[in-house]
Amino acid sequence: MFELIKAKKTIPFMQYSKPAMWLSVLLIVASLVTLSINWLNWGLDFTGGTLIEVGFEQPANLSEVRSTLADANFPDAVVQHFGTSHEVMVRLSPREGIKGEVIGNQVLNALQNGSFGSVDMRRIEFVGPNVGDELAEDGGLAIILALICILLYVSARFEWRLAMGSVLALAHDIILTLGVFSLFKIEFDLTVLAALLAVIGYSLNDTIVVFDRIRENFRLLATANPSDIVDQSLTQTLSRTLITSGTTIFVLLSLYIVGGALIHGFATALLIGVVVGTYSSIYVASALAIKLGVSREHMIPVVVEKEGADQDALL
Amino acid sequence: MLNKYPMWKYLLLSFIVLLSLLYAAPNLYGEDPALQVSATRGAKIELATLDKVQAFLKQANISPKSASFENGQILIRLKSSEDQLVARETLSDKLGDGFITALNLAPSTPAWLEAIGGAPLKLGLDLRGGVHFLMEVDMEEAVSKAQEQLVQDLRAELREQKIRFRGIRKAKSETGVIVRFADEATLSKAVDYLKPINPGYQFTDTQENSEFVLLIAMTEQKLKATKDYALQQNLTILRNRVNELGVAEPLVQRQGTDRIVVELPGIQDTARAKEILGATATLEFHPGDDVTDINDALAGRLPSSSIIYKDRNGRPVVVKKKIILTGNHIVDAQSSADEYGRPQVSISLDSQGGTMMSRFTKHNIGKPMATLFIEYLPTGKKKANGKSEIEKREEIANVATIQAQLGRSFRITGLDNANEAHNLALLLRAGALIAPIQIVEERTIGPSLGQQNINNGIKAMAYGLLAVVLFMFVYYRKFGVVANAALLFNIVMIVGVMSMIPGATLTLPGIAGIVLTVGMAVDANVLIFERIREELRAGKSIQRSIHEGYDNAFSTIADANITTLITAIILFAVGTGSIKGFAVTLAIGIATSMFTSIFGTRAIVNAIWGGRNNIKKLSI
Repeated sequence: MFELIKAKKTIPFMQYSKPAMWLSVLLIVASLVTLSINWLNWGLDFTGGTLIEVGFEQPANLSEVRSTLADANFPDAVVQHFGTSHEVMVRLSPREGIKGEVIGNQVLNALQNGSFGSVDMRRIEFVGPNVGDELAEDGGLAIILALICILLYVSARFEWRLAMGSVLALAHDIILTLGVFSLFKIEFDLTVLAALLAVIGYSLNDTIVVFDRIRENFRLLATANPSDIVDQSLTQTLSRTLITSGTTIFVLLSLYIVGGALIHGFATALLIGVVVGTYSSIYVASALAIKLGVSREHMIPVVVEKEGADQDALL
Repeated sequence: MLNKYPMWKYLLLSFIVLLSLLYAAPNLYGEDPALQVSATRGAKIELATLDKVQAFLKQANISPKSASFENGQILIRLKSSEDQLVARETLSDKLGDGFITALNLAPSTPAWLEAIGGAPLKLGLDLRGGVHFLMEVDMEEAVSKAQEQLVQDLRAELREQKIRFRGIRKAKSETGVIVRFADEATLSKAVDYLKPINPGYQFTDTQENSEFVLLIAMTEQKLKATKDYALQQNLTILRNRVNELGVAEPLVQRQGTDRIVVELPGIQDTARAKEILGATATLEFHPGDDVTDINDALAGRLPSSSIIYKDRNGRPVVVKKKIILTGNHIVDAQSSADEYGRPQVSISLDSQGGTMMSRFTKHNIGKPMATLFIEYLPTGKKKANGKSEIEKREEIANVATIQAQLGRSFRITGLDNANEAHNLALLLRAGALIAPIQIVEERTIGPSLGQQNINNGIKAMAYGLLAVVLFMFVYYRKFGVVANAALLFNIVMIVGVMSMIPGATLTLPGIAGIVLTVGMAVDANVLIFERIREELRAGKSIQRSIHEGYDNAFSTIADANITTLITAIILFAVGTGSIKGFAVTLAIGIATSMFTSIFGTRAIVNAIWGGRNNIKKLSI
């Protein structure tokens, strides 16, 4: 048997729960600070404006592109490489007097008539300002809605203390991921938002596996105190936690490296989220559940006589 | 104890495996470059058209793979994309105005697969290239137009009944019309007459100073119906305009109360698409005012029934305010050349429009008639309610002299050149909108980027899959191989299910969702296998360990997956476009991975290890 963790002894996770909690608090405060200073580098989806991605035959000289665009009356164009040196992304904020959707073609014309040889249109995106606001609103709503649904589901399936612990852990993951995006000024677009929701799903996955084991152990071990039970459960699930995080990180790295520039933000958000989520399912969700006073009584289900309960299950 | 599955479970499993393979299979066959010929107004495609098409292709030395006639369209599959381009040129040249030839890619799914509903995955615009537009209808303008119409109708009705009123105008704060009367008796007479013939309006009377004021306001339902009509009309017109573009498989769909999504796969010339779609022009025919002197008018001596517009060259033109008819009565417009080779536009109206035109022109032969173009351009500023402000630009496109009493079809002549005639016809033909519409979102993906996105996605999936498969094998040995088989089959199943569902589209985030599923799908097996190891360590027998491993892990797996499913559903509900694609693959991936990693692996494990009591050691 090839094992990552030789689980001979229970690892005393909860012994370190205090420093871990302080670490989490510190990271959250740091995230909030960078968020309050930098906020997020909102992508086009949320700010509105026009984005043009073009491909050149030769590696493109950005300053030439900029001056060509300035001559074409777009001095405010943000020009940068995208993916490779042959690809250039031009971004423009909404402007008065011109239909937003016309700008894309004007920029493309200016570049095609410039001295760059053949210029290949790869992508034009235009988002009206109202649409951007709506997308941002819907996105925020989605995250809050997801958290509420999960709170309800976990409360129904487990117990409100565990539910609270898991939802706070999810909030922790999202804040930290946003903090990293804010600190490194990584562009935050719709795919990143989708990734954040996937992070919620993933991180919760982890937490639930641990909680399931905690519940099982509470029922099995009548005498142990909650903190020991949590330690034991975490130890038992640790190799699974690491393996699943590992395989998920494999595929995310693969997406990040070869998936193309369009998917970078998505992969980055999930990579951060998976790492943070793995940590938080150990130290935030479980530790909080203990802090909230979870105990054996909360885990023993009220026995309900069900009709046919004494018969064998069908599957 | 032994771990055995009854026969029916294996049969069920084999059936599902076969079904998935069958429906995933069309994706292996690729696509043929094809042409799609459809008819526009007037023309009709018949079997004879197919013969003609084949004859034209033969003349051009192109031998198509196949040419068929179905659903009122002709589909021609070609051997290469060079052939495709030449064939398109040939056909659009020879078939003439009534037909539209669009480039397309036709899946070369074998007939027997097609017969059972097999079709390859539908690719989103970010993978196949194309344009996505989100357009917004200006509802304020729609309502305002309806009010204007009501003013006209009421005025006519009151006059007809000889009910005297002091004034009639659009209400400012309400969506309705205000009519002022001199005395109460007239007002109640008006109410008695108007109320039964104007359902959908609310009548309120008040007394202001010495006047009796009647407010006729739209009810909520009427308002809603008015907006709905404006949206429907825009939808219809956009569909027509999209047809003008000659795109295969376009999508024009309503979204919410005031928006329309337009998707044009494979469009290369986005500027032209926007020009035609975005030409948010309306059109009105006005009687020209040939009585008022232009200099008098410019000096301010303008009758209240007339108004000054400018023509394309900036010259002022005086026309009557009265509208003969609006562009929504136009059924068809074609540009052509008259007997002297001069450009002209022939116009056909609907019957109501024909009656209106005929009634007006009867008494106005020899008088001028002006065609007024109204274009709506966003100024970039915002109104108080957050919507973009739209500027109305009016321009006289043409002033023609009425030569005879006109009916449902007539011609506009005296145009500068063929190009102008062509543009005028196109805009006339596409109809004119009640309410202006503007593009609020555009996403265009060039064909090269689309292909690159597919390649990147497949590469990312391949590398990710390889890493996971290797790891599972090294870590869990033979059981790892079982998990890997389930994982591979999971991908086939996702593709099969996605191909089967008619509305499911694969997008780039969708591919990312599948890749993510690959990483997360093994989780169920990891949980089960770790549990089996634990049971073995606890000293249980091999068969009991397998049994309890699967049993104990089940509720955990279910809980974990249901919560992910909840987030996927929320994503689907609030997400747009490509994000929806991610939610779809994620949700399908969760469902299929539960099936393959629990039921699928158990079946294999039972078949290999479950029936034997003499196993000493498990390769896990």
